[in-house]
Amino acid sequence: MTAAMRAPLSILPLRLDDVVFAAGERRIIDRVSLTLDAGPRTVIVGPNGAGKSVLIRLCHGLLQPTSGRIVWNSPELPGEPRRQAMVFQRPVLLRRSALANVAYALKLAGVSRVEREARSHTALRRVGLDHLADSPARVLSGGEQQRLALARVWALRPEVLFLDEPTANLDPGAVLEIERVIEAMHEAGTKIVMITHNLGQAHRLGDEILFIYQGRVLERAPADQFFKRPQSAEAARFLEGELPWQT
Amino acid sequence: MNDISHAAMQALQLVGGADPKLLDIVLLSLRISITAVVIASLIGLPLGAAIAVTRFPGHHAVVVVLNALMGLPPVVVGLAVYLLLSRAGPLGPLGILFTPTAMVIAQSILIAPIIAALSRQVIEDAWSEYRDQLRSLGERPLGAALTLLWDVRFSLVTIVLAGFGRAAAEVGAVIIVGGNIDGVTRVMTTTIALETSKGDLPLALGLGLVLITIVLVLNAAAYLVKETAERRFG
Repeated sequence: MTAAMRAPLSILPLRLDDVVFAAGERRIIDRVSLTLDAGPRTVIVGPNGAGKSVLIRLCHGLLQPTSGRIVWNSPELPGEPRRQAMVFQRPVLLRRSALANVAYALKLAGVSRVEREARSHTALRRVGLDHLADSPARVLSGGEQQRLALARVWALRPEVLFLDEPTANLDPGAVLEIERVIEAMHEAGTKIVMITHNLGQAHRLGDEILFIYQGRVLERAPADQFFKRPQSAEAARFLEGELPWQT
Repeated sequence: MNDISHAAMQALQLVGGADPKLLDIVLLSLRISITAVVIASLIGLPLGAAIAVTRFPGHHAVVVVLNALMGLPPVVVGLAVYLLLSRAGPLGPLGILFTPTAMVIAQSILIAPIIAALSRQVIEDAWSEYRDQLRSLGERPLGAALTLLWDVRFSLVTIVLAGFGRAAAEVGAVIIVGGNIDGVTRVMTTTIALETSKGDLPLALGLGLVLITIVLVLNAAAYLVKETAERRFG
């Protein structure tokens, strides 16, 4: 109890209230209300163009809603280090060494110079890249670049991690390695919110599934239940389309 | 025809023999244009980066004006600086008209917009790729500008050298504010203009050769730097 009182207030839960994001006339996100709590890994699935990426960009603050409210339990203050992080489908790395890419993120997070290097090495070791610490980040392979992006967010120890299809375009071996790191971050207490098109991955990594369809959250259920007994006709059709061999 | 080949021979002798007069002119030209390119880069690079990563009312207008300034006619810049520095002008008391300093000022004004406009373009392209990631990490616009400047550093080398090429090759501005005084403010381009009109072709041709060689070597160097760096850093 006393420890909980000493610790800074968690930024979770995150509450979305009637959030709309419109591009011109088209509502890409259409009146979404939901709450994301600490703990369960949330996996977002849905067809292309359903609004998944826009939804997590709104949550992460990269986009502003057209209307509605996005409220964190304890909002991040401008100028303060961020307490949430995001991994993109295509990692964006700076033209410097792998180590310097991690250290750069730590610098922005206000970590002291002495601590930065040690923490960067630890993070690189965690994703199995420490032997490439001095290599220029942009000449690493696709899988290595994505692992470096994960090392970067690992080092930040965020309370919430958003992932936008982090394993799209990677070979199966690289996918498994990335999943291992995500799993480890979850065990270390980071709330995982991930988009994936890979339903096997959604099954492996998801505690709960958010099914997004035409800008709305059509279904939210524990992973087992979602895959075995989808409640909506759209989700059922989506699962059939994605898993034709199960019909 | 014979005259020309004779002049060309003499020109080669001047260059090959490192004629002291020619050398002085070349060194002064380099000193002025290098100083100008350093000053213009210190102003132009951060300015271009800041314009690239910020959005404010009138942003489009600023970009249009900046791009237009790339085409500033050197003689007009020379005239403006001349009026500023002339005895009756606002900066007249400094007494720097017809000195190398005045020439540095004119060339800096001429090429700072070039460096700013070209770097703005390069950095804005990079920004559209990096924006979400940098904002996700909590980077602020001006910090992002510095980060991007460093990240596109190899492209900036080419831009800075383009600025240098423009400064070293321009004649209109430096002839007005420098006055083309022998041994004081006579640079390669103004000497070529003067000697050609006097009919002293060897010196003019020799300087022309040096000027073209400098520009060629610099561009080759810029190309190599960029190629090597891109292979090494991606």
